[in-house]
Amino acid sequence: MNNSIKEPFLHITKRKEMAWQKAWAIRGGMILLALVICAVITASTTELSPLAVYGTMFKGALGSARKVWVLGKELAILLAIALALTPAFRMKFWNLGGEGQVLVGALATAACMIYLGKTLPNAILIPVMFIAAVAAGALWAMIPAYFKAKWNTNETLFTLMMNYVATQLVAYYIIIWESPKGSGKVGIINQNSEAGWLPVIGNNKYLLIILIVAAVTIAMHIYLKYSKHGYELTVVGESQQTARYVGIKVDRVIIRTLFLSGAVCGLTGWLLVSGSDHTITTTLAGGRGFIGVMVAWLAQFNPIAMVASSLLLVFMTRGAQEISTIYGLNQSFGDILTGIILFCIISSEFFINYQIHVRKAAGKEEANV
Amino acid sequence: MENRVAAVSMQGISKSFGTIQANYNVDLNIYRGEILSLLGENGSGKTTLMNMLAGIYYPDEGQIFIDGKPAAIHSPKEAFSYGIGMIHQHFKLVDVFTAAENIVLGTIAKGKLDMAKATAKIRTICETYGFDVDPEQKIYNMSVSQKQTVEIVKVLYRGADILILDEPTAVLTPQETDKLFAVLRNMRNDGKAVVIITHKLHEVEAISDRVAILRKGQFIGELITKNTDAQEMTNMMVGHEVKLNIDRPEPVDPRPKIEVDGLTVRSSDGILKLDDVSFTANAGEILGIAGISGSGQKELLEAIAGLQGVESGTIRYVNDDGSREELVGKDPLEIAAMGVSLSFVPEDRLGMGLVGSMDLTDNMMLRSFRRGKSLFTDRKTPRELAEKVVDELEVSTPSVNTPVRRLSGGNVQKVLVGREIASAPTVLLSAYVVRGLDINSSYMIYDLINRQKKNGVAVIYVGEDLDVLLELCDRILVLCGGKVSGVLDGKTAEKRQVGLLMTQLGGGEPVEQ
Repeated sequence: MNNSIKEPFLHITKRKEMAWQKAWAIRGGMILLALVICAVITASTTELSPLAVYGTMFKGALGSARKVWVLGKELAILLAIALALTPAFRMKFWNLGGEGQVLVGALATAACMIYLGKTLPNAILIPVMFIAAVAAGALWAMIPAYFKAKWNTNETLFTLMMNYVATQLVAYYIIIWESPKGSGKVGIINQNSEAGWLPVIGNNKYLLIILIVAAVTIAMHIYLKYSKHGYELTVVGESQQTARYVGIKVDRVIIRTLFLSGAVCGLTGWLLVSGSDHTITTTLAGGRGFIGVMVAWLAQFNPIAMVASSLLLVFMTRGAQEISTIYGLNQSFGDILTGIILFCIISSEFFINYQIHVRKAAGKEEANV
Repeated sequence: MENRVAAVSMQGISKSFGTIQANYNVDLNIYRGEILSLLGENGSGKTTLMNMLAGIYYPDEGQIFIDGKPAAIHSPKEAFSYGIGMIHQHFKLVDVFTAAENIVLGTIAKGKLDMAKATAKIRTICETYGFDVDPEQKIYNMSVSQKQTVEIVKVLYRGADILILDEPTAVLTPQETDKLFAVLRNMRNDGKAVVIITHKLHEVEAISDRVAILRKGQFIGELITKNTDAQEMTNMMVGHEVKLNIDRPEPVDPRPKIEVDGLTVRSSDGILKLDDVSFTANAGEILGIAGISGSGQKELLEAIAGLQGVESGTIRYVNDDGSREELVGKDPLEIAAMGVSLSFVPEDRLGMGLVGSMDLTDNMMLRSFRRGKSLFTDRKTPRELAEKVVDELEVSTPSVNTPVRRLSGGNVQKVLVGREIASAPTVLLSAYVVRGLDINSSYMIYDLINRQKKNGVAVIYVGEDLDVLLELCDRILVLCGGKVSGVLDGKTAEKRQVGLLMTQLGGGEPVEQ
């Protein structure tokens, strides 16, 4: 009788709170699904065995002690940048300027190494470099914060543009500091004296970096969760109206929080130059200012969970590099696999928050008419 | 009645949003030539049910029949094709267009738009039902009641003969309400089906032929309006016996607490919001503020609370020893530092008074987190306060760790009011404290406010329900367009008198001060 009525076949409703076990089961299931999709794509486009490819990825990321240390360092650097962005993001200040803030921190570090390397002993030089880097990063982030607080400018565009300024600034100084002349590079700074190089603990060049970032992670977690500042910035992020209502000085909180955000970025720049690369290039941050955004979001701004999300991203990047070298595949192939896995992880949040209903044949009660 | 064919028949309708079952197995018939009141407390599923007729939501289960034939309504446009039109609480009009342009907007006609013809048709509709609206007038020049009229005409212009009005009187003065009701009666007599969603009993009695009652998403029953009374309807709506009067204890030793003199406030875009407002609020007394929404109530409270810049005038706080302190030019922290314990329950609870995504404990902390020299927050005291508020005010929440956004409107308000009175204020500012609350919660809030009054707090109560203002407040100050149009004694004032003062300055009525 009512065959002509069109019913929507699917409809989507918001789920009630889901038990965490079930949520993690969904996340795990989606990662598994991602691996299956990747396997199908690998097998059909490259005629390689997907299992061999996955094995190579593991080997690339964790195959030797050296590789594990490199993975640890990469993880620490990415995590540090994500941690730096987090207080700003919690305040709903979209700091996309991580890249630039890291670069100016690195620039300040390199400047100290070059100009003070011959006069100061390491015990004084390294703290000076640290302070300079943190101050430079903080300044770079406070400029857009000041404009946001005073004139409500768009922080997304402002911080993004500051990245380009920072890149150009670094490019300018590379020409001044270039060594050997004409190479267009700064080269390893203080190669012989090792002035301003972070000390090596034991035999592991990267251990100190990892320890410093671990300390920053714990400090950031405590700051956000238990400090009065952390509470204030969360209130400002949720509602500036509420913040004003309880007498929080919104302008001051915005500037203070971005000071912190930029300072940790600057610290990362210091770690990169003083602890790992011992040189400076315009691509020193290598896009990690943006990948850090993804790390922070994936972990839903929880500093401890960010360890896991940055591990995932670093692992994928390292593994993808390995398979492109071993099998002579295009670098993009690794990116494709990373993309599929991220897509699946992000979409698992959809299934955790929403439920899809298939509508049962409706209107059965028509006999009542 | 049984042999009439229902214009709309909803059978076994269910709809849920996540955990919330908005409607469950509802059967409802709507007939032509009749005004039906859909009565229920906030959150009882009235609006959701009607939104399914208007094509905004689609039912999870159940079937809708229009004139006896099964119908599936996927969109507002399809609703119009069935002759169903809904007037929502929030108007959807383009400010810079005229009434006629707004009415025509979105109607699809072949060929060139003939504005003259459309305007003529609009005029005919207005004459038929007695609408007072000028098709050539721009929306931004209109009062709220005129905008509502445009919305109704818009729906009629599209040929709707089943009209649904969602709480249409919430924004109207008593006089405007009378006018609206006259128009609705004309439409009923013309054979249209009219549904009015409301939670105000006296309106149900005044306008409707039949009343259908929803409670917690379920259909409870229907009554013929003339055979019932307010008490029976309330009991069905609430589910148990409720006493329907508000106490007004005599003020004890009222002494001036807040003296406002010549207060003038402009909004950030230069619009005059308060114009030379002067009054005194006494300790141990409830001063009601009446007025059409947007008459300067918000600015007045925010100015006292230190959240609103002031152009001129003074706001003085009177200490117990009679000395006076100026509040103008101070922010909330500075006011608190002066030792003035001022509590403020703002209109926008989740946007200003509370943080929706934070739990009860963290929300209790908003006022107190600065205490102590430690860099870290103390969560123990606020947690105890949260537990105390939950206990004493019967807040229904899974725990004090639940984000307040997940609580119902009434419980959100109890959390906010509980926090604000916990600091033992000497001044309590409140804006629309019972808006959206069910009857039980409303009476609990009136009781809390009365207790503050007995404790000698100067209460300023901005309200919209005139019946409540007249029952609760000792004095009522009426604002009209940012000016004080009168101060009345709550015991002797009449509703009509307040209504007149709300719309015209002075109003020829004796103004007592």
